[in-house]
Amino acid sequence: MGKVRLIEIKERILADNRKLAEQLRSRLAVSRTLLVNLMSSPGSGKTSLLLKTIEALGGRYRIAVVEADLDSTVDADKIAAAGVPAVQLRTGGFCHVEAAMVEQALECLDLAELDLIVIENVGNLICPAQSDTGAHANVAMTSVPEGDDKPLKYPVIFSGCDLVVLNKIDYLSLEPFDVEAFAGRVKQLNPNAPLCRLSCRTQAGLSCWLEWLEARLRAAVG
Amino acid sequence: MEPAGKPSERIRGDSGGDSKGGSLEKIMHELAVTQSILDTVLDYARENDVEKVLRIRLSIGALNDFKREWIQRYFDYLSTETPAQGAQIVVQRVEPAFHCSGCEHTFEVDLEGLDRVRCPLCGGEEVHLERGQEFFITDMEVI
Repeated sequence: MGKVRLIEIKERILADNRKLAEQLRSRLAVSRTLLVNLMSSPGSGKTSLLLKTIEALGGRYRIAVVEADLDSTVDADKIAAAGVPAVQLRTGGFCHVEAAMVEQALECLDLAELDLIVIENVGNLICPAQSDTGAHANVAMTSVPEGDDKPLKYPVIFSGCDLVVLNKIDYLSLEPFDVEAFAGRVKQLNPNAPLCRLSCRTQAGLSCWLEWLEARLRAAVG
Repeated sequence: MEPAGKPSERIRGDSGGDSKGGSLEKIMHELAVTQSILDTVLDYARENDVEKVLRIRLSIGALNDFKREWIQRYFDYLSTETPAQGAQIVVQRVEPAFHCSGCEHTFEVDLEGLDRVRCPLCGGEEVHLERGQEFFITDMEVI
């Protein structure tokens, strides 16, 4: 029997996915297309935020959406009805979007004709946090009815994102939601991520999100 | 308890029939993670003329929801008839640690203490997460 050896590996788990994600980012940089990954629980308002975004920026930027709802086309249908290309990834029970799925979705889109692609990730606060989609920016969204403890329960997603969106602030008077405690929790996990407090329904605070997105767009599209 | 059974059998069930709601998604995720670990291990095994992999050490931040028992179970299943069959997965858990911007002190916090983290030395609240999100394969013991 041979001698026992120790082989050093020091590789990140899911490194292959990350490699592909880097390739996608390079490809999108060439076509000057910004890719944004939008993550939240089911029902936080990802689709509503996208519809408001299309309404506000659709006239100035060419937008497409990659929908990763579990196994239906409900969200993609809503986006398509808003007049932008929507690619439905039927993830068939998969819990998050991986770079390989995004690569497939990009095959269906003409990148040269697009300024912004938003991935509406699977409604889930755990798995999407571990998987690089190839996006240039990651947005973690939650909403007032979900409670102010979400950053404590799902620290990975809130610590790894570039922007945190708190939706449904019109519910603040109805819920025991401590906005300052929430903001403090986010800041400790991720001091560099701005927090946008908004309501897709009343449109209050939407400008925070739109300004953040436009700054990214100007940098990417030029 | 999650339902028992071979991972393959559980994947085939459609999500509509999954009474546990969401657990199927979790299985898909952990299988993908386990497959990624196995792929890397087998790559290194080929490059290093390995006859058999005995033990694989992972470094996993406590913030990642990661259960060793399940990864071992999926690994046993996926690694059948490879040089990694029978290898033991060892997880080194990295506790979350924060760095204080005020006094430059780094300190560990347990998961229950994540709310309103304060520096134990100076009481400062300008702290940021420094460790706890690791997701690495450290090394492996082979013959």
